[in-house]
Amino acid sequence: MSKIKKKVKTIKIDADKCNGCRACEIVCAGFHSTPKYDIINPARSRIQVITHRLKNIWLPVFAGEYTPAECMGRDIYVIDGKEYEECAFCRATCPSRDLFKEPDSHLPLRCDMCEDDPPQEKPLCVQVCLNDVLIYEEREVEVGEEESVDLAEVGLRSLIDKHGFDTLVDTMVRIAEKG
Amino acid sequence: MRYAETGYNLEIDLATGNIEKVETDPKLLETHLGGLGTSVKIHWDRVPPETKPFDPENLLIMSAGLFCGTPAHSANRTLFTFLSPQTNLLAYPMMGGFLAAELKYAGYDKVIFRNKAPKLVYIWINNDKVEIRDASHLKGKGALETQELIKEELNEPRAQVAAIGLAGENRVFVASIEQSRSSSSRGGGGAIMGDKNIKAIAVRGTKNLYLANGAKFMEQLQEVTDYIKFRNANPIPKVMTILSGIGSPQEMKHTDEKWHTESFAWGNARERRKSFWTEEVEESWTKLQLNTVKRLISCYNCPQQCGGLIDYKGVPAYMMKCFSKLTYAMGAYVDDLNFSFKICKQAFEYGVDSFSTPQILAFAVELYEDGIFTDKDFEGCPTDKEGRFFWLLDRLARREGIGDYLADGTYWAARRIAADRGDTRTLAYDHNTTKKHEQMNIKLGMLDPLYFLMYGTNEKLSITQIEGNWPQMPFGKMEDRIEFVKDWPQLPDEKFKQYFLDWEPRGEMGNPYYPTPQIASEIVDWMEQLHNIDDALGICAGMSSFCLKPPYHVHVFPKLISAATGMDVDEDAVKKIVNRSRNLHRAINILRGVKREDERPPQDHWKHRFPEIEENLLTTYYHYKGWNYDGVPTKERLHELDLDYVADELQRRGVLKDEQN
Repeated sequence: MSKIKKKVKTIKIDADKCNGCRACEIVCAGFHSTPKYDIINPARSRIQVITHRLKNIWLPVFAGEYTPAECMGRDIYVIDGKEYEECAFCRATCPSRDLFKEPDSHLPLRCDMCEDDPPQEKPLCVQVCLNDVLIYEEREVEVGEEESVDLAEVGLRSLIDKHGFDTLVDTMVRIAEKG
Repeated sequence: MRYAETGYNLEIDLATGNIEKVETDPKLLETHLGGLGTSVKIHWDRVPPETKPFDPENLLIMSAGLFCGTPAHSANRTLFTFLSPQTNLLAYPMMGGFLAAELKYAGYDKVIFRNKAPKLVYIWINNDKVEIRDASHLKGKGALETQELIKEELNEPRAQVAAIGLAGENRVFVASIEQSRSSSSRGGGGAIMGDKNIKAIAVRGTKNLYLANGAKFMEQLQEVTDYIKFRNANPIPKVMTILSGIGSPQEMKHTDEKWHTESFAWGNARERRKSFWTEEVEESWTKLQLNTVKRLISCYNCPQQCGGLIDYKGVPAYMMKCFSKLTYAMGAYVDDLNFSFKICKQAFEYGVDSFSTPQILAFAVELYEDGIFTDKDFEGCPTDKEGRFFWLLDRLARREGIGDYLADGTYWAARRIAADRGDTRTLAYDHNTTKKHEQMNIKLGMLDPLYFLMYGTNEKLSITQIEGNWPQMPFGKMEDRIEFVKDWPQLPDEKFKQYFLDWEPRGEMGNPYYPTPQIASEIVDWMEQLHNIDDALGICAGMSSFCLKPPYHVHVFPKLISAATGMDVDEDAVKKIVNRSRNLHRAINILRGVKREDERPPQDHWKHRFPEIEENLLTTYYHYKGWNYDGVPTKERLHELDLDYVADELQRRGVLKDEQN
């Protein structure tokens, strides 16, 4: 397989600096609404700050890939004497929890690093975080060529997993017939 | 489609358990914006002046501000309105934290409670699903503890919960409503919540909030964001550290407490200790604070970090903010900051106002030391200062023994003790209240015209939430004044710069003669307006009205309001709306008995008082506001503000007479 250069976008999360304000959630939800910023709903955000204030836990987590099945086991991390809830660091949209799902449709959400035309200098959550919790970094790596992921396909697959192929086809046909 | 607001209130009749989601009149946005503005309107419409605070008809309204839930920084105020058991006036304490936005996302601007539940309940608002749930298992639990227990019980860590503690359940007049790192403290909202048998209100929302022109809103907001960055990088020179930055006073961050501990009075607002802040104190306090505040934390959507997570040995973790770090220590004459971190946790769990309560406890100590309270009253009370305060706090929250007096605040306690014991000496110990409400612990020399008006006349009754944009004192050097006014975009008018340049530390261009009554009225009116805008929008005063050179100001608001709501408002329109709300609020309190003679700061706030100047200040200010000699809005003023229905009511009730206009 031929190698290509790929730009890897990274957000470094300095969770110790997070003051728990959730501005990142708000701007993310607004940016991804249509038209932009006309709808604000942090439940639609692709970044969520997992918060247990009295345990001194403020942990921004970005939405990663959709997964149809939950893990066989669970992890609990203890760091610096603080116990993090199971799956705290996991980015997956997963059947085990309601994180990173559209509140109405339950379709999976995924961080797209605020892909935009013209491109944003940095993802919006990074721009809005005035406490430097979220630091944007880009680097180039060489990788094998890969198929681009079709977001519509990911969404449809999650619906197939949830409702079954036949139900989904029937529904699509019915909607198409209604016009 | 409704913008910035949800367009729905939740109406809960606690007696019948009836819950309704009621669409609100879209016109109210145009006439009263939201938050305090629309809440005051509901109280005017629905609560007659004969209503007493503990009557079932007294409404308790929990409201989000118009901007809560939008991307506007620091728009996170949850505002409670109710007839205060302490003042018998319409109180409106507010708190930061995270609840207001959550309420908007759940689909409501306000929750309106009427009547009383037959037994202790809590309310669970989860989008469209709203339940009144049994809270008998939470009876007597702490206000902080309750929040955690409810989140656990609901299995919803993302719910935001406002709760009362034992003090609220016992209808203590200074009981607060606590939520996350914040507290709605002043005026006894906790007592009204307790009287209605509501232990807590839990909210979770995952619905959309709409903006009329989101992109435009963000563009306007960028100005605010840029200014926040600028101000964080450029603290104001020549003022106390605590006043140099933005946000609420950064009490959890700053360790230098020379100004607070030496400028404000200790005990029952009695005396200043001008040489308190020694090197030794500074070293021990600083070390303790840095070791105890585990993390600086914010409220919803705010880049500042005014709160702190407190990790103190032997005390379960809790959150603290602002002046409570000092109020109990200063009230008790305890020189050790350890005491603050211990007693605050207890006080927050009981759910009491950190401003009034320490003064009330100190009042009790004075009565004991002067032989009015007896050994029998203090039976079982430890003899050390710290132990005594803990013991008194406990009595107050439980209304046990003398605690039943103290629970009513210094004004009522002094009168009840005097009556019960036939000893009128007690009355003199209530020396620091205005309109029956404990005021800032001030002991200064010269009458200050601006503060005279702010203490005396505002409906909020809490000075820290009236003042802000104007420096607390003049600058000695002209060059510093010139430097200060050079960059002051927040001013509504350039003339204010000259006022500041002319203001001298002493002499005829200084207090009490200058600012003149006319200029003082202009400055106070401007600052009040800012607070009224904040309170309608739900913006933290720390980022706006209660702050020198803040990111939000009169020139920014109209653009943001227009983009958010789709209304086209300019500065005059916004001014008119908040003036309307202020005058409506004034009318409510006038009908509830506020008189000109009530509008006075405590007599001993300043050593040098000037009765003639004070009378002139009040008359000039009333005139400036469009009020008559008695402080009642005139018919003309009410007409200008489209409040003819208020004028009619004031006339009908004989408060406003034709010949006075």
